[in-house]
Amino acid sequence: MSTTNPNGAGQVPVFELSDVTYRYREVTALSHLALKVNACRRVALLGANGSGKSTLLRILNGLCFPDEGTVRFCGRPLTEESIQNDGFGLDFRRRVGLVFQNPDVQLFSPTVFDEVAFGPLQLRWPSDQVRRKITETLEMLEITHLKDRSPHHLSTGEKKRVALASVLILDPEILLLDEPTAALDPKSASHMIDFLVRARGGDKTIVTTTHDLDITEDIADECFVFHEGRIAAAGPPSEILSDAPLLKSTGLMHSHLHVHRSGEVHAHSHLHRHEH
Amino acid sequence: MAAKHSINRAFLERTTAGFVDAMEHAFYAEQTARADGLLQRLDPRVKLLGILALVVPAAASRSFGVIAGLFAIALALAALSRVSFGVLLKRVWIAVLLFTGVIALPAPFVTPGRVVYHLPVLGWSVTAQGLASAGYLVLRVETAATLCVLLVLTTPWNHVLKTLRVFRVPAVLVTILGMTYRYLFLVLQTAHDMFESRRSRMIGELTGRERRRVAVSSAGVLMSKTFDLSNEVYLAMQSRGYRGEVAVLDEFQIGNFDWAMLAAFALVSIAAFWLGR
Repeated sequence: MSTTNPNGAGQVPVFELSDVTYRYREVTALSHLALKVNACRRVALLGANGSGKSTLLRILNGLCFPDEGTVRFCGRPLTEESIQNDGFGLDFRRRVGLVFQNPDVQLFSPTVFDEVAFGPLQLRWPSDQVRRKITETLEMLEITHLKDRSPHHLSTGEKKRVALASVLILDPEILLLDEPTAALDPKSASHMIDFLVRARGGDKTIVTTTHDLDITEDIADECFVFHEGRIAAAGPPSEILSDAPLLKSTGLMHSHLHVHRSGEVHAHSHLHRHEH
Repeated sequence: MAAKHSINRAFLERTTAGFVDAMEHAFYAEQTARADGLLQRLDPRVKLLGILALVVPAAASRSFGVIAGLFAIALALAALSRVSFGVLLKRVWIAVLLFTGVIALPAPFVTPGRVVYHLPVLGWSVTAQGLASAGYLVLRVETAATLCVLLVLTTPWNHVLKTLRVFRVPAVLVTILGMTYRYLFLVLQTAHDMFESRRSRMIGELTGRERRRVAVSSAGVLMSKTFDLSNEVYLAMQSRGYRGEVAVLDEFQIGNFDWAMLAAFALVSIAAFWLGR
């Protein structure tokens, strides 16, 4: 299955996976997966917990490698050997950034400043450039006031923004976001969604995993629905979100109890919507 | 039975209170380190050298007056750096007094010299020279400990790490230290949450054997979580270009104020050595 990017015709895909299988010991996380991600597209990977979305992001980020099948990045094989290669490895790390679901794993430095500086320093940027980019990135995400704070004193929303800053400072062409709005309060979530909405039509390729259907149309041009390590469906958000049987069968939509103004309580399924 | 129950509760409460206490101490230290005070404004390298320049004569001086003078300077530095005397009293002075007091206690009785007092009932003699020795020891340790705690309380942890880099400690060791400190709090928080959660569900009392089982299983779960966390952190580092060698940004700059303070520390140190020789 490939992306349905009308603009991507004739392009070399950013990522191309064919027949990819990945196992955690006996558990198969991804099974015979095939997909393409074209440049400058915003892609949402939808699926319930444990459907294999996060594993796929790690494979796309070269952090783990499939047991079977191949992954190509801009036409070149993405393997353990190729990522060890200094030229390819450093170029790949500069071009592809991953924001983890749990910001605590990503914030390992003593201060926010050091955290944001970590990536550029590993990629051997000159000190002056690192300092300048830190200032710009913190300003862009409106977190300059957190510069000298220790990560363990930040709220979850602040941690997420710092984690995003630590990746955005490298100005990656491809941004991988693992559940960017998970566990965030509405205000913090809206900051993250605004960022993804602003990326529309830009020059970045953004792959986001989520099971939050409310935000899918805003943050994605196309969707892949995951179920038990396989792609159950792919298409534009409007098409996917209108397919209630698909969403129900993949655990993305369910019936639950509602209290109506009349006081009546009953169960039914629906997509939540926000007001403009 | 009630007593047993209270022991169980006390064990969990003491443990959770210990976690909270550790975090509060660290939080206070970081708050103080970021206050707008004299020592906080100093370059960490200058501060380290300056404090060392005061600690060494405090340890070597033979003059009570010089040590007392250095103690007074430590108090002045604390006041100018917005470090509360109450905190110093609780964390340093009482602890040092208890610790060194035990060591110094025999000195007034066993040191030969002019007898100034006889203990009633026991009839032991207290000598002036013995009292002076005990006083020297306590004041010396109080002064050195106060200065060292001031250094710790007025220096953010990341500056301590960067100062280590300046003194040629390998980058990888400094990074490991930094990450240890960072994740210590996360693990403490996890342990705290685990104990709170267990406490919230405890309606009966545990036997000694059950308590041990709880402690062992909690330690096991915590270890497993820590192991998973360390794997994830390593992946997060790799994701941002870490390839086995750590690059860090050392950005200290010594200004006129730092040079002036370094000169002041040096002058005081030389004077203390000369007067206390």
